[in-house]
Amino acid sequence: MSDIIFKLTGGVHPPQNKHQSTQRPIAAAGIPNTLVIPMSQHLGPPSKPIVAVGDRVLKGQCIGATDTLKSAFVHASTSGTVVAIEERPHNHASGLPALSVVIESDGRDEWQLMPAIKDWHLADRDTLLQRIHEAGVIGMGGAGFPAASKLSTDKNIHTLVMNGAECEPYITADQMLMTERAEEIILSCELLMHLLGAEKTLFGIEDNKPEAIAAVNAALIERGNDNIKVIVVPTVYPSGGSKQLIQILTGKEVPSPGHSSDLGIIMQNVATAVAAYRAIALGEASISRITTLSGDAIGEPQNIEVLIGTPLSQLLEQCQWQPARADRIVIGGPMMGYTITDTSLPVIKTTNCLLVPTREELPPPPPAQACIRCGLCAEACPVSLLPQQLYWFSRAGEHDKLQDHNLFDCIECGACSYSCPSNIPLVQYYRASKAEIRQAQADTEKAEHAKQRFEARQARLQRLEEEKVAQRAARAAAAKKRAEEAATASAKKDEVDPIQAAIERAKSKRAGGNTAATNESVNQVTKLEKRLTAAKIKLASAETVDSDKVPVLQEAVDKLTQQLAEAKANPVTTSHDAAVDPVQAAIERAKAKRAGNAAPASPADEIAKLEKRLASAIQKRDMARDSMPDKLEAFESAVATLEEKLAAAKAKAGE
Amino acid sequence: MIEFITANPLLAALFALVGLSLIFGAVLGFASERFKTEGDPITDQICDLLPQTQCGQCGYPGCRPYAEAIAEGERINRCPPGGEATIQALANLLDTEVLPLDEDVGEEKPKSVAVIREDECIGCTKCIQACPVDAILGSAKHMHTVIASECTGCDLCVEPCPVDCIDMVEIPVTLKNWHWQNPAKANDIIATDGGQA
Amino acid sequence: MALLNVTSPHAHGPLSTATVMQLVLLATVPGIAALVWIFGAGVLVNLAISAAVSLACEAAILKVRGRPVGFYLKDYSALVTAILLGIALPPYAPWWVVAIGACFAIGVAKQLYGGLGYNPFNPAMAAYVVLLISLPVQMTQWGAPFSNPAMGLGDALASNLFGSVDAVTSATPLDALKQGIGEAGQTFGSLGGFGWEWINLAFLAGGLYLLWRGIFTWHAPISMLIALAVMAFLFPNEAQGRIHSVLFHLFSGATMFGAFFIITDPVSSATTPRGKIVFGALIGVLIYAIRHWGNYPDAVAFAVMLLNLAAPFIDQYTQPRTFGHRGARS
Repeated sequence: MSDIIFKLTGGVHPPQNKHQSTQRPIAAAGIPNTLVIPMSQHLGPPSKPIVAVGDRVLKGQCIGATDTLKSAFVHASTSGTVVAIEERPHNHASGLPALSVVIESDGRDEWQLMPAIKDWHLADRDTLLQRIHEAGVIGMGGAGFPAASKLSTDKNIHTLVMNGAECEPYITADQMLMTERAEEIILSCELLMHLLGAEKTLFGIEDNKPEAIAAVNAALIERGNDNIKVIVVPTVYPSGGSKQLIQILTGKEVPSPGHSSDLGIIMQNVATAVAAYRAIALGEASISRITTLSGDAIGEPQNIEVLIGTPLSQLLEQCQWQPARADRIVIGGPMMGYTITDTSLPVIKTTNCLLVPTREELPPPPPAQACIRCGLCAEACPVSLLPQQLYWFSRAGEHDKLQDHNLFDCIECGACSYSCPSNIPLVQYYRASKAEIRQAQADTEKAEHAKQRFEARQARLQRLEEEKVAQRAARAAAAKKRAEEAATASAKKDEVDPIQAAIERAKSKRAGGNTAATNESVNQVTKLEKRLTAAKIKLASAETVDSDKVPVLQEAVDKLTQQLAEAKANPVTTSHDAAVDPVQAAIERAKAKRAGNAAPASPADEIAKLEKRLASAIQKRDMARDSMPDKLEAFESAVATLEEKLAAAKAKAGE
Repeated sequence: MIEFITANPLLAALFALVGLSLIFGAVLGFASERFKTEGDPITDQICDLLPQTQCGQCGYPGCRPYAEAIAEGERINRCPPGGEATIQALANLLDTEVLPLDEDVGEEKPKSVAVIREDECIGCTKCIQACPVDAILGSAKHMHTVIASECTGCDLCVEPCPVDCIDMVEIPVTLKNWHWQNPAKANDIIATDGGQA
Repeated sequence: MALLNVTSPHAHGPLSTATVMQLVLLATVPGIAALVWIFGAGVLVNLAISAAVSLACEAAILKVRGRPVGFYLKDYSALVTAILLGIALPPYAPWWVVAIGACFAIGVAKQLYGGLGYNPFNPAMAAYVVLLISLPVQMTQWGAPFSNPAMGLGDALASNLFGSVDAVTSATPLDALKQGIGEAGQTFGSLGGFGWEWINLAFLAGGLYLLWRGIFTWHAPISMLIALAVMAFLFPNEAQGRIHSVLFHLFSGATMFGAFFIITDPVSSATTPRGKIVFGALIGVLIYAIRHWGNYPDAVAFAVMLLNLAAPFIDQYTQPRTFGHRGARS
């Protein structure tokens, strides 16, 4: 092919080390006894398990579902029984656990296929996308981006780029896939082109894989599709980065910020494309992948087709690893992979390589020396950043400058660290700084949000206070008016001693003890009526100014109306003032006491404080025993908690 | 007149300098009026740097009052929730020295949220009244609960609870919020790494 | 064996700081050989004194600063500084001149600024400038080309240490041109400055080797040489004419040594590709300006020091365009 190849910016040439694992054909890993299938193998929110412990599941049956394209479905990789749904150590750089479905296989490996869409070239886009989504296909090159999400772009796509570059040293999973299953790859290209409405496919393969290139070309000639072009690209790391391969094949730079779809290009890794094809044409969910095992501590380096959820230890044993010689276990390649220390972790959809080097092969990083600003990192950087500047800014925590220098365009390929003569772990600084900046942004947002809520609350409290004052004033005015009226009226009437009248009123009140409840319920009704009127007025005024509070106020009015109706229906309401009062008093006392020792400094103070609190809690409880037996339990548990805390504090002080 | 001045070097210098200062003074004065910028009042800028937990640990009733106090000259190291990062940011803004966190006001603690042990809650609404950001839901005599995403971790609700059913729980590291850490300093022998000399 | 838990990348490239420094040392060999051929063994004595004092000074200061001495000595950076300084100093300069230079280069220009990676000035050039300003007599007594080769190592040592053997000295061609002394034939050799053309060619060879090994990029040296040539072409020496003027300046004095061994010092020069071009070009212009219109015969050290100061500024305004971004950052 005489296609123009464009040059990659920067790049490094680490030793390829691909030959070790290409000597043997792809082998099958057996069915393990137990599979641990994590619910978060992809980028995006984890899926939710939809099976229960004890369920029998079939190979390819969905066990984790999601309702968003940003996430991915998860399936059982073999038939068996669900024995646990719990947090299990996850195959992730953090080593943190993730919710996983644990399946005990029955060894029968019974499939449950989705209906195959044989005539996919007639099927519409949505059907195909839905199937790819439901089959749990995610980017198998390492990032784990859900394929359906990427393919569902609303941009006009003219070119599909197939990524067969596989630029990381050691990894040969895609290479072996292309060599052994080229026809399937060509078919998956056609499928994806149909799905995207793309006119052509540019198939990029690095020139260090002649067998793969030959196989794909042969399949292409047999298939006779002129719209798919294999383009052999020079071997340079990181040619397999999506933006980098697009640059090499088309000479165009994916804009930043932006996606390749802005250029009308979508890229898929070959393994992902095949997974999508199998999901559609055969109805198979994404339940296995090809993984490379390589490194000097692996006795028989090779590629293995393995079920998702298989423990790494099984693969390592199958390939005759020598634990004594193994210095580290890298998931992925030597440039971007992460290390793990637990071989019981499961293989997940993004596990493209297990690299087990010896100490001589990949020596541990020596201590970092001073940066001599040699600029080798800047030469190596595929996105033309200034790594040494970023390094200084990162060490100084200058987030603004890091962002000015486009830290977030860093693809973390590791080319800078690889070439740094002073062994500075540059990429690690960038990763940490990126996280810090994101954290700081989240914190700022949260602070802003908290401020708004705080201010809203302050405004509300102030408004309530003002309303109260206004009401009090109104009441006072009304009372005055009434008094004046009464005065004039009484002046007109016969002279009645006001004192006498007051005494009379008091007497009648005292005498009418039995009428107190009625009075109160009457009061209650009056109160509610008043509140209802006020609420209605507010609602009316809010409606006139078209405030967004209308629904809330409407609700309040409805509620008050209802309450009023209730109050009218059962006039005898229980007054809970009596019940609240002791609590109120206890709180006040406790507060006063606590105010006395606000800042506990030493353990002794802490203990003293706790003892006081305990005493008051006991007091409260005793009081509660008489006045409100229904709350006794709560107070008792408070006492118990405090006793525990006290004991803990004492133990701590005793240390 | 001119001749008299030119004949007298001392006077010439004097006049020249006075003249220059008058001209420049006028230009500067004009510029300061003409190009006056209505920037953010300093209090707002300070307030934006504070973590808005409204916890009052600084001794002021909320972040804005503390910001106002800082603008008036209060020390910048009285905000435990903000910790070193906030002190650094404030020092940058105000161009002052970075101070260590004032020990009297508390210490920097890991981020946490309030959690109500709901079966012990008696529904007294005390915590609801204490929460500065309305992050607690509930009504009288009914169980309360904390909206974790709104909680700022100020722990103002812990004290008022009469039955001690509120705990401050550290936000755990999960797959969702995990991130890479900076390389360990021990691995980093360079000339200005400090502390060694 | 416990499995390592480290971050990527796990592979590392072949270059280390020590390797870089060793390659630089290796590349100075042809130049040193030419110097010895033309000026005699005094050059070697210079280098030996400079290296010994520099290493001792570096070790002592590291010790005082509480740094791991072995760790830092192993990066060879002190030795490189020492050799570059030794080359720059006149052969048969008194031993104490060399020693003061080495102490200043390592003690002040390097370690006081924080050690390797933190020095704003090229240490060798800083020391050279200090010596040139403080000791103008000793610093301008260059041996006359081809006059002292008969002097053995012993005599050279004696000359340096005790001044007991008188070496034949003369003004350098650049000096001669400046002063208007000497015959045309004495000043201009077959290609450049008499005798100096061979030294320059040797350093050019060493520099091209480093370029080939990828130790530095072409930007700074080439732009400096082009700028110098252009200046010499535009403002030629009256005595020499345009073409000869260009050749003379390219192949006299410290031109090639400066272009490939001094301005390529990564620590104190600009780092962005465009920045390096600007950096080199300005040095070339300055070298010619000082040589032609200034008071000093050679000017590489001054030009480099001035531009060292401007390097951060140049970097700031020559940042490359990040992948996928429209314009360059500013």
